[in-house]
Amino acid sequence: MPNAIDPHAAIVTEAGGLDQGGTLRTADGQPLKAALARSSRRARRRAFLLVLPLLLFVLLTFVLPIGQMLQRSVKNDGFSANMPQISAWFAANPRGTPPDEAAWAALAGDLQAAAEARTIGVVGTRVNYDMPGTRSLFTSAGRQIRRGIEPPYREALLAMDEDWADPKLWSVMREASSAYTANFYLAALDRTRDDAGNIVQAPEQQRIYVTLFQRTFWLSLVITATTFLLGFPIAHLLATLPMRKSNLLMILVLLPFWTSLLVRTTAWMVLLQQQGVVNDILVWLGVIGNNQRLQMIFNQTGTIIAMTHILLPFMILPLYSVMRTINPSYVRAARSLGATSWTAFRRIYFPQTLPGLGAGALLVFILAVGYYITPALVGGSSGQLISNLIAMHMTQTLNWSMAAALATLLLVGVLILYWVYDRLVGIDNLKLG
Amino acid sequence: MALPTYASPLEKVWHYAYLALCAAIFFFLIAPIVVVIPLSFNAEPYFTFTDKMLSFDPEGYSLRWYRSLLTFGMANPDAPGGLSWWADAWQNAKWVKAAKSSIIIGFFSTILATVLGTLAALGLSRPEMPFRRIIMAVLISPMIVPIIITATGMFFFYSNPCEPLTWIGLNPECGRLAGTYLGVILAHATLGIPFVIITVTATLIGFDQSLNRAAASLGANPRTTFFRITMPLILPGVISGALFAFVTSFDEVVAVLFIAGPDQQTIPRQMWNGIREQISPAILAVATLLVIFSIALLTTVELLRRRSERLRGLTPS
Repeated sequence: MPNAIDPHAAIVTEAGGLDQGGTLRTADGQPLKAALARSSRRARRRAFLLVLPLLLFVLLTFVLPIGQMLQRSVKNDGFSANMPQISAWFAANPRGTPPDEAAWAALAGDLQAAAEARTIGVVGTRVNYDMPGTRSLFTSAGRQIRRGIEPPYREALLAMDEDWADPKLWSVMREASSAYTANFYLAALDRTRDDAGNIVQAPEQQRIYVTLFQRTFWLSLVITATTFLLGFPIAHLLATLPMRKSNLLMILVLLPFWTSLLVRTTAWMVLLQQQGVVNDILVWLGVIGNNQRLQMIFNQTGTIIAMTHILLPFMILPLYSVMRTINPSYVRAARSLGATSWTAFRRIYFPQTLPGLGAGALLVFILAVGYYITPALVGGSSGQLISNLIAMHMTQTLNWSMAAALATLLLVGVLILYWVYDRLVGIDNLKLG
Repeated sequence: MALPTYASPLEKVWHYAYLALCAAIFFFLIAPIVVVIPLSFNAEPYFTFTDKMLSFDPEGYSLRWYRSLLTFGMANPDAPGGLSWWADAWQNAKWVKAAKSSIIIGFFSTILATVLGTLAALGLSRPEMPFRRIIMAVLISPMIVPIIITATGMFFFYSNPCEPLTWIGLNPECGRLAGTYLGVILAHATLGIPFVIITVTATLIGFDQSLNRAAASLGANPRTTFFRITMPLILPGVISGALFAFVTSFDEVVAVLFIAGPDQQTIPRQMWNGIREQISPAILAVATLLVIFSIALLTTVELLRRRSERLRGLTPS
């Protein structure tokens, strides 16, 4: 049946009937089972071929870059690629071996080669990530060593700087000498390695990441809660009004949804700043004096207000689509059986909105956890989220491996939530507008 | 929602309080967007209503910030108006250049996302589609994964697109995609694809497959069936998906920050600079223009949605 559009229909209309063996056969004598299997295989292949171009595109432009980021988060070639001899010595000698003359010779040789190749800065920067303040040690050694260095190398290097004997420095260099490392993940969790290579908590003043992860989690929870408190009444109103009115009011929800993110963030900056409209109105109303204008922006309050506004439609839309389907006669029945309006709401209406609530809350939380632009513009220093730190490492400190490690940890969290969302709600039920 | 006749006085009070609360929340939603419009006509470089504006004195209002959108970055903004002045604005004004690159990037990334996305949605809507759930999850993920993570990955990839080949032992030389129009267009197409998939598959849920069979039984080949039967019916969904993809690209700043070069400064990128460096009411003028733009888009999408529902025989809602 080569040209049949629907092979099933062709088989049914021209069924060949039973042969002597009792097998069902099609009109051209093939076993029915095989013909069916072949035609369903063909249909599956056709469907798959339609999806294939996009799948390849997304794999290339999205999944592969994420993979490259994962690789970068464990990649550690800043030191090892430029200091091959000492890296080889570290590989050959177990942790705890005191550096012998061979090690000092390897170090001096590498420093000389790196200084010649002008890669000593890269090496210094890499060691500096784990041990702040050591970059200049490498660059100045590089400058001196280019004039030549004589054995014994230990004494020659120590004459340049006493710090070369620091066991902490040797421990850090050992960590940096392998081509791949998990140390960026340790750093992202505020852990570090001590001189003996044990995992310990980082010094007090360097512990920033765990606090920031906690803050991101906590602020996202707060934002999810505020969008729920503001979104629930609105969704309920829209779902119970007659279609014509609710469609009109729906525009007020959809307009912010369609408005540029930067426009909305700018609007909040304009409204909330100390000389802004909200403070002006409060002063004019006499709520606060002219000299006690509220600081509502460039702190956590600013982040919470602006992000609640921006994410509110993502809570309202799923709640609305569930509430639309709730049959009002259940609440009426409860009332007629003697329930007060509060009991009817709490016991009958609210439980039926839970699927929409779950969908909305998960979506808002997922989006809030990864937010970057709004906190960067209105968050000041106390309203920054983990994304802002990733961006800082990408654009300012250029510690790309650290940025990649932080991004990977955030990605794992988001993917778990995404998986939960797919289980509970189903991606197919994601609706826009 | 009318109050039932059996409502007690307390319930009536509660009901009106509830309506007032809803009004306040609607105000919270819409006021920030509306308030930038009058502020953009401020004659003074302030972000609040001056006394002259509040007393509706015409002197309190001006178009200076709109004019500054044209002149900012021009070689010779004070030259007398005329063809050369406009040519200067077209060539050099920063906001004009930003608008040009936004439109170029938005246009091509939308075409790419819409064509690939619609084809995939057609496949995904077939009941025979294998691994449907997992493939759908992968295709939607650019919308779910935080943009900062996507942009970080893209930064590594677009700076050196051949690096993954070194993992399998090859060592080819290839150029950079970062800092080129092609790079930003590919990135934005990736980000717009989930929106196309979601809107087009939603349209296809109500699509009656027997129409295709009817066309085939009347002798149409698959191509004719697609262009004469399927396409006209799903077109409203395809167009709204395309508009979503366009808006995504038009509003995107993080990927542009990470992978675009100085030639691909889009409007959001220019706004970002403006907000971070010297914030002036010119930003509000841009914001006003963008609000008008989004009202136009919203209207189009709503009209399309109604048309699509009418075509598919659903009751318009």
